[in-house]
Amino acid sequence: MSQMVNIIVTVNGEKRHVSVTPGLSVLNMLRDNLDLTGAKLVCGEGECGACTVIVDGVSVNSCLMYAVELDGREVTTVEGLQSSEKLDPVQQAFVDKGAIQCGYCTPGMVMQTTHLLSKNGKPNDEEIRRGLEGNVCRCTGYTKIIEAVNQAAEG
Amino acid sequence: MMIEYENYVAATSVAEATKTLAEGNATVVAGGTDLMVQTAASGRGANTTLLNIRRISDLRGVALDGGRVTIGALTTITDLLTDGVVADAASILADTANRFASNQIRNMATVGGNICNASPAGDMIIPLLVLDADVELSAWRDGAVTTRAVALNEFFTGPGKCVKTEDELLTSISFNRPAEGFVGQFGKTGPRPALEISMVSVGVGGIVDNGGLTNARVVYGAVAPTPIRAAKTEAALEGLSLNEASIQSVLDVADSEVNPISDVRASDWYRRHLVRVMTQEVLQNVANG
Ligand SMILES: Cc1cc2nc3c(=O)[nH]c(=O)nc-3n(C[C@H](O)[C@H](O)[C@H](O)COP(=O)(O)OP(=O)(O)OC[C@H]3O[C@@H](n4cnc5c(N)ncnc54)[C@H](O)[C@@H]3O)c2cc1C
Ligand code: FES
Ligand code: FES
Repeated sequence: MSQMVNIIVTVNGEKRHVSVTPGLSVLNMLRDNLDLTGAKLVCGEGECGACTVIVDGVSVNSCLMYAVELDGREVTTVEGLQSSEKLDPVQQAFVDKGAIQCGYCTPGMVMQTTHLLSKNGKPNDEEIRRGLEGNVCRCTGYTKIIEAVNQAAEG
Repeated sequence: MMIEYENYVAATSVAEATKTLAEGNATVVAGGTDLMVQTAASGRGANTTLLNIRRISDLRGVALDGGRVTIGALTTITDLLTDGVVADAASILADTANRFASNQIRNMATVGGNICNASPAGDMIIPLLVLDADVELSAWRDGAVTTRAVALNEFFTGPGKCVKTEDELLTSISFNRPAEGFVGQFGKTGPRPALEISMVSVGVGGIVDNGGLTNARVVYGAVAPTPIRAAKTEAALEGLSLNEASIQSVLDVADSEVNPISDVRASDWYRRHLVRVMTQEVLQNVANG
């Protein structure tokens, strides 16, 4: 039997007490224990970025991080970007530019864009491509996504 | 398949971590970017205790002291991209970090994890071999933390294998600050520009002198069971004035020295071809200044 580890983690600004097994991933904790299903499980191997969340100000693949490691730390998921009824500027830019088709990659794209813009407020197209190189989209062909990041950076 | 551990220890000091390792059956997790993929796929590396070393704050960061650069095992690949000491003393490390995985992985992955994973394709190992680095291994023995230094060149014994024993923690990596005039070049090739595991990687370093290199180092990844220093190629390069013809002669030596295999990423003949093309490119870069 696995030991249950009690952790306290700030998720989208709110302190949460969660009881997890040592082998549980951050992604599974978010989705199964906290019902935050924005971050998606696609590859489970760090290749696609659909599970991207921000931990203590840096973007990570939540499929490759153990939930126990979150003890005392802060996590932001796509659910935490929006305040009240209004989308945040990155989310709105993805909508405005048509950078969403099936939408499966979108939460990861939006979180990685949020991280990128926090480090570099005015990235050029090449910097945007580099910043999003860990995020795969099977639908849009990326052009609209780059336009969306540009709009978010201007906005 | 999710692998479960029975216990969890979040060590906050090297003493606590090495004591836990001395008790046996513990798996170290640093960034987790190799461990989680491997344990999910095969159960490899899974033990009864998960030992998280990420909270040992002394093990993160780069320092320059008395002409020696020391990199804590928990320094992330992103840290190397922004570190002032690295930029100033060993920019080949930042150049390599810049070719590593994706932003998200670089934020998590550690230098110590890249070395301990002992992949023949581990990227950070290449520039560290060029820099003649040593690793510091720490263990809990007779009631205290003891350390030993091992030359990185003697650390690897095969794919996924190294001389580090089960009870040892890799605590830091260090090397002498390169002398004035040092240049280091890293190159890698993979199937796509991002998130590529190297099909072949190359590192070259030395002191620029008379259109060539002295104290030359030539290192290859993914062409042998471990990353290797190519001693014959180094000898051929030593002091050689670099031009098109002389570079060709070095490539012939390199070709005779590497022994690549065919696997899912590339065939042996293609790897040989890459060794020539990439070595030529980095030497040309050195020649062009
Ligand atoms: C999508 C993806 C892309 C990748 N791209 C690259 C790439 O471009 N180049 C590249 O080289 N690698 C790449 N990798 C592999 C991996 O990210 C690196 O090897 C990374 O540096 C491992 O570090 P970590 O801290 O995540 O190690 P972990 O996964 O935490 O540990 C790796 C192994 O080392 C052991 N270990 C870790 N730290 C220590 C220590 N201090 N003492 C003793 N044992 C220790 C662990 O027990 C484990 O067996 C990639 C991985 C993924 C998933
Ligand atoms: S699900 Fe995490 S990177 Fe693909
Ligand atoms: S919108 Fe379908 S994967 Fe990106």
